Amino acid sequence: MADQPTATERFLQGILPENPVYRQLLGLCPTLAVTNGMQPAITMACSVAFVLICANVVISLLRNLLKPHLRIVIFTLTIATFVTIADRVLAAYLYQMSKTLGPYIPLIIVNCLIICRCEVCASKQSPFIAASDALGQSLGFGLALVSIAAVRELLGTGGLFGYQLLPAAWPDWVIMVLPPGAFITLGLLLGLVNWYSARKSGGSI
Amino acid sequence: MNAIQRTNLGQAWLVLLLALLFGMSLAGVQAALGPKIEENKLKETLEKVPVVILGQQAADELNAKGETLVITPNTVAVEKGPVTKYYTLYKADFKDGTLAGWVVKTKGQGYADKIELLVGMDADAAKVTGLFILDQKETPGLGNKIVEDAWRAQYSNKETTTPFKVVKLATGGVNEIDAISGATISSKAVTKFVNQAVSDLKPRVAQFKDSDGKGVQ
Repeated sequence: MADQPTATERFLQGILPENPVYRQLLGLCPTLAVTNGMQPAITMACSVAFVLICANVVISLLRNLLKPHLRIVIFTLTIATFVTIADRVLAAYLYQMSKTLGPYIPLIIVNCLIICRCEVCASKQSPFIAASDALGQSLGFGLALVSIAAVRELLGTGGLFGYQLLPAAWPDWVIMVLPPGAFITLGLLLGLVNWYSARKSGGSI
Repeated sequence: MNAIQRTNLGQAWLVLLLALLFGMSLAGVQAALGPKIEENKLKETLEKVPVVILGQQAADELNAKGETLVITPNTVAVEKGPVTKYYTLYKADFKDGTLAGWVVKTKGQGYADKIELLVGMDADAAKVTGLFILDQKETPGLGNKIVEDAWRAQYSNKETTTPFKVVKLATGGVNEIDAISGATISSKAVTKFVNQAVSDLKPRVAQFKDSDGKGVQ
């Protein structure tokens, strides 16, 4: 398959041109739910990265054994296994964070970003390309989560990671850390990213 | 060869093999991390016992004075017809030996998964002093409101003579609990566990009054 992208292309595509959140609009449930602070956002990004990289490599190793009508079962089985491992590890070593994230860690199983990468890349290409694809996509997902969380936490609490950054006179916009803030921030950043890429490629809005 | 491939097993062997392998590796993970997770839960339980009995403010004051409650765990078997239900009952004493109260750990089926909670009672089990949710996977935004302070506060300092009752739009009646809108099942489940724990253990606490304070601190 000569027309398949190379490892470097896969890696770079995931960061911005095919950013999971800003370009593909995948995995929006955790994007909206856990971005009220930097810490939960980073924990979620790392868990998704772990699951995505492991699942992509395993699926890529099995790609020649997959039967078309059974492939989704195998994707789901693999993803569920790694999600359960991530969930248990968090409960053992980051107990409070695991309680804060609650059901969102087990819900990574249904994050369509991961099944999408298994389908698009891992089931067709070699483990090395699949791994760099997963790395790129996870970085893109992580950047999106962190950018949204930074805006929300800064405007909502006046600080980042719990440290006060804005002057004490800043009236904390509590709505930013509540669910509506997630939609507002995602919408504005989405518009900004698309405006920027359109301008760069010479298109007009 | 084609004949083998056409059989169900020929089609599904990879799924079965992976399920077996993944299942085994998850069992391994659970065996390795399970004790650590239980330890975290126990630690949290022991931290929450004073809060559930005395309330957050008094528990903080006690902490500020550098004192802790002496906590003794007991296992209580309550026979209910053919089944026996086991509760963990924590007895909490002040440093001078006076009884502070009791905390019952109980769990049951919520809307999504098991809900595990602590119910605090005063020394005579005449009042429910508070409630803490240890573990839940209820629907985010609806059922998971059971963990919020404001909702749990409805159970604090209520007489145990009347069972709690979930109503929509509580009007201030005795032991009425306001149902969370969109999460009546979660609200009712928690209330049921509290009522069960109280009715099962209220008659039993007296016999544990003399269990000595050599338990975990």
